[in-house]
Parts: sequence; structure tokens; C-alpha cells
Amino acid sequence: MIEIQALTKYYGDKKAVGPLSFSIAKGEIVGLLGLNGAGKTTTLRILSCDLLPSSGSVRVDGLDVVDNSDEVRARIGYLPDHPPLYDEMTVHEYLLFAARLRGLSTEDALARVEEVLGATQIRSVRDDVIATLSHGFRQRVGIAQAIVHRPRLLVLDEPIGGLDPVQIVEMRELVRSLRHDHTTIISSHILSEISETCDRILVIRGGEIVASGTEAELSTQLLEGGRLAVTIRGDAGQCKRLLASVKGVKNVELIEPAEPGDHVASFAIEAERDVREDVCRTLVLGNIGILGLSRSEHELESIFLRLAKPDDPGAPGEHPKGSKSRPSGRSEAAPVGDSNGHAKGGS
Amino acid sequence: MRNALLIAGRELRSYARSPIGWVVAAAMLLLDGLLFQVGAMGGQRLSAQVLADFFYYISGVTMIGAIALSMRLVAHEREKGTLVLVNTAPVRDGQIIFGKFLALFTFLVLVTLVTSYMPALIFVNGRVSVGHILVGYLGIVLLGASTVSIGLFASAFARTQVIAAVLGAALLGVMLLLWMAAKVSDPPVNNFLLSLAIHHERQKSFMTGVLKLENVVYYLAVTYFFLLAAVRTLEARRWR
Repeated sequence: MIEIQALTKYYGDKKAVGPLSFSIAKGEIVGLLGLNGAGKTTTLRILSCDLLPSSGSVRVDGLDVVDNSDEVRARIGYLPDHPPLYDEMTVHEYLLFAARLRGLSTEDALARVEEVLGATQIRSVRDDVIATLSHGFRQRVGIAQAIVHRPRLLVLDEPIGGLDPVQIVEMRELVRSLRHDHTTIISSHILSEISETCDRILVIRGGEIVASGTEAELSTQLLEGGRLAVTIRGDAGQCKRLLASVKGVKNVELIEPAEPGDHVASFAIEAERDVREDVCRTLVLGNIGILGLSRSEHELESIFLRLAKPDDPGAPGEHPKGSKSRPSGRSEAAPVGDSNGHAKGGS
Repeated sequence: MRNALLIAGRELRSYARSPIGWVVAAAMLLLDGLLFQVGAMGGQRLSAQVLADFFYYISGVTMIGAIALSMRLVAHEREKGTLVLVNTAPVRDGQIIFGKFLALFTFLVLVTLVTSYMPALIFVNGRVSVGHILVGYLGIVLLGASTVSIGLFASAFARTQVIAAVLGAALLGVMLLLWMAAKVSDPPVNNFLLSLAIHHERQKSFMTGVLKLENVVYYLAVTYFFLLAAVRTLEARRWR
């Protein structure tokens, strides 16, 4: 559905994106994850033909965004980070205008507007002036305009931004409900926002893809080592020695007990691989009672931050021309192309 | 053409629904009325002279109104983030620009038509030819089209409405004052500068009821040139 090869985009001398290469299959929901200034919006604007690339190739349905711009635009529905709404129009007028602008006949547009009013649950504000709508309804109207012409590709730039928790849940449901009819690409800077909605996540940093895969793949590969929390009942000193003896364990630290009780102790373990099985076996053989063993709750989020943060905090998203961006910390273990070959890092 | 008409229709409706359209229309008509009453109708004068003065005054008001409204055509949408809707729809940049032009041009023509009672008042105490009135209004309409296209180019070029207004006014000012530069220049430069001036000699013939094809062609050429420049500017912005 989408093929991006060695895409770069410069604003003057400043590189915003690239070299960027990835592909998205038909029917997928893909999340583009990165911090502010990572190049997400620029990438999506190029996909939507709002901007043209400095170099490289971007193809949608086999059509080049530069050579076949009109055909590509007819296939795409785009919701920018701020919905492009005309405040003086009513919701119905606006959607009818958007539908006709995308080439639908008046009759088809009228019918289609009624459909999307229902699909996005905004029928109750059908005749309201857009200026009077709440933020949540404005986002919904924004999505409605993006799908009103039945686009094959839906591009949503931070659709959950600024919504309250109830609206976020509703928006996730809405995006999931669109998966049958549209290939979707969603950008966000918050992992939890898109991990629950997307089939696959592309982590972007400095305009380049630094990791990709499904949430499970990212978890497995990124959390190959990571941190464990163990709570035991027994001799804390003996337990610490046993844990330190496990192959792959780099550091063991006694922490605040996770639960009350006699001879209860908790340890934080830093390891260079997944050592959970070995830890259990060692403690059981050492006659130590295991009360709990878990990965750190925020481990995936912290690894995302390590991947997504630029090396130089003073220059977010910027890299000198010709330099190759490398993720910091554990990034060497991060996949730069999933098992299906859907994505690969900047080449 | 369908897309251009769609864009023009939405733009025209936005004038009717927002205060800016009504305020500018009211201000233009008020100025036209005042200038007609005080300037053109003052003293004992020939009817043809009154009519010529009337067209002189409303040409200035039309230019000011065109620049005031054209600054928002693209720059306002860019500031509000709504330009992306038409930018990502299967609509050519030429259709966007022409739609915008058509909307403001239609608005100006409608406001100008409302002033038609003023030349009609001349018939109460005097006599002028209908041809003189029609040619005068043709000059106003052509000048309005040219000014809108200049303002539209400035609006496509500038990031904000304020910069668009300043740029549009500066471009128009230069084209207005070229006749002064011509006065202090030697031939053939003075003739060249005079031929580019947007108001001085060009409007004079329309005001006096003389229709010259070269003047019509001049205004159409200026309009086409700045509309084309606006289209190219919009296209270039996608590469930036």
C-alpha cells in the first residue's frame, strides 16, 4: 500500500526527515512513534501530498506522490494534528464541502456524509456551527472529513492529542472500527496511545526509523535483557548471592519490600538477557520462596525513550548532513527491520 | 472549474457569515457615498465631470477594499491550518487560487453594483450617457480584478495576514506611483514606466467614458500575471 524508499526532507539546510525507508501493507494499522520534532508530522505531510520530498521515493498504491499527486490525494484521507475546520460552517455543510472537494457527486456526497455522521457518532451535532464544538467533537469531525470520500489510506497525525481519558477510549474504538475499510497510519509521541490501537509500531528519531515491529516483537527484542523485580521469603543475604550467581545477571540490588511480612525482601535485578527462568530455578534449588517475579512496568516506555531521545539533548531531531543516526544505550539490540521485511532503518 | 467554484462558494459564504465581509462592505459603501456627496457633487460642474470624479473616488475605495480582504485569502487559512484541507484534496493549485480570486472578485463586483444608485442621481439634475457609466464601471471592475490578484499573490507568499497586507499594499503602491517615477525619467524609460502604472493614465480613459482596448488588455494581463505568480508560489511552498 505504501512504499517509502530513502525519503529525505530538508527545510532549508535543516534536515527534518531521512533517509527513511519503510513499507505498509494493505489493511494494516501502523503507529509512527517519536518525540516532538522527530519527523513524524513531516513524514505524514509528505504522504498526504501537503509537502513534497527533497529526495527519495514515496508511493501509495504504486503511485508516486510527486508524479501522480492528484491520484494519490484522491486515495488519502488526512487528519493533521489540528483538524482543518472552518469555524463558520455547520458540521453537515463542512463534511459536504470536504466530500465534494474530494470528487464525490452531490448525491453521493450527501449519502456519504450521513454515513460518516453515524460512523463517527457526531449526528447529534450535525447542524451545529463548528466554532461551538468541544475539542472531542472537533477531532471526530476531523476524522469524519478524512474518511468521507472512502480513502484507501488514512493518515492520522496525533488524533488523541488533547483528549480527555473518556474521549481517548472513544477515539481508540473509532480508529479500530475503521480498520476494515482503511489502511491506517497514526502518529503519536506516547507509546501507550498507539500500542493499543496499532498492529505495528515504527519508532522514529531524528527523521529515521530506529526500531520497528509489533508491540510483542518490540517487547521481546527490546526487553531481551532489562530489569526484573523479585520478591522472596527467606535469607536476604543468601538470596542476593544466589541471584548474583545467575549467568547473565549484571547487578542485584536490595530494594524496599514489595509486601509486608517476616523475612520478606525484594530485589531489583539488571540483566543482559531474559533470565527469569534461571532466576526461578536457582532460587527454588536454593530453598528460597518466591513471592513475586515481574518485569519493570515501565520498561517498554523507558526503552522507547532511550530509542527516541536524540544523542544531543540540545538539538532534538537534528543530525548533521550525511551522518547516520544511531540509537543510544540499548539501541544496538533494537530491530531495524521486522521479520516480514516491512521496515528497515535509514540506509 | 467545479473545484474552483466549490472553493469560491465556500469563501463567499464565509464573507456573509463573518463580520469582516459586512464591515468591509459597509465601510466601502460609506466611503463611496461620502466621497460622491462631498467630492463629486460639490459645486457647479458638468455632469460628465461629476461622473468622472465619482469613478475616481470609488477606484481608490475599491483598491483599499480589495487589499483589505485579499490578505486573508490564503494567509488566513494557512494561519488557521485549514489550507491543508484543500492542499491534500485532489485539487490543483490553480483551482485553489482561481476559486479564491473568483470569490473576492464577485464580492467586490456586488459591492460596486450597490453604488450604481449614485450615477443614477446625476440624472436628477443633469445628463450623462449610459455608455459613460458602463465604461467607468468596467474600469473599476478591471482595476478591482487586478488589485485582488496582487493581494492574492501577497497572501500566497506571506506567512501571516499582516505581512500579506503590507506586501500587497506595497506592491500596489509601487504600481500606483510608477507614473511619478515616469515623470522624472527620460525616454524611453518614462514611457515604459507609464505603461506599467496601474491607475494614472489607465483609469483616466475609463473615468471619462473612453474605452481603449489596450487598457482592458493591460488590466487582464496584470490579473493573469499575479494569479500565475500566486499559483507558482503555492506550488513552490510544497517543496520548502
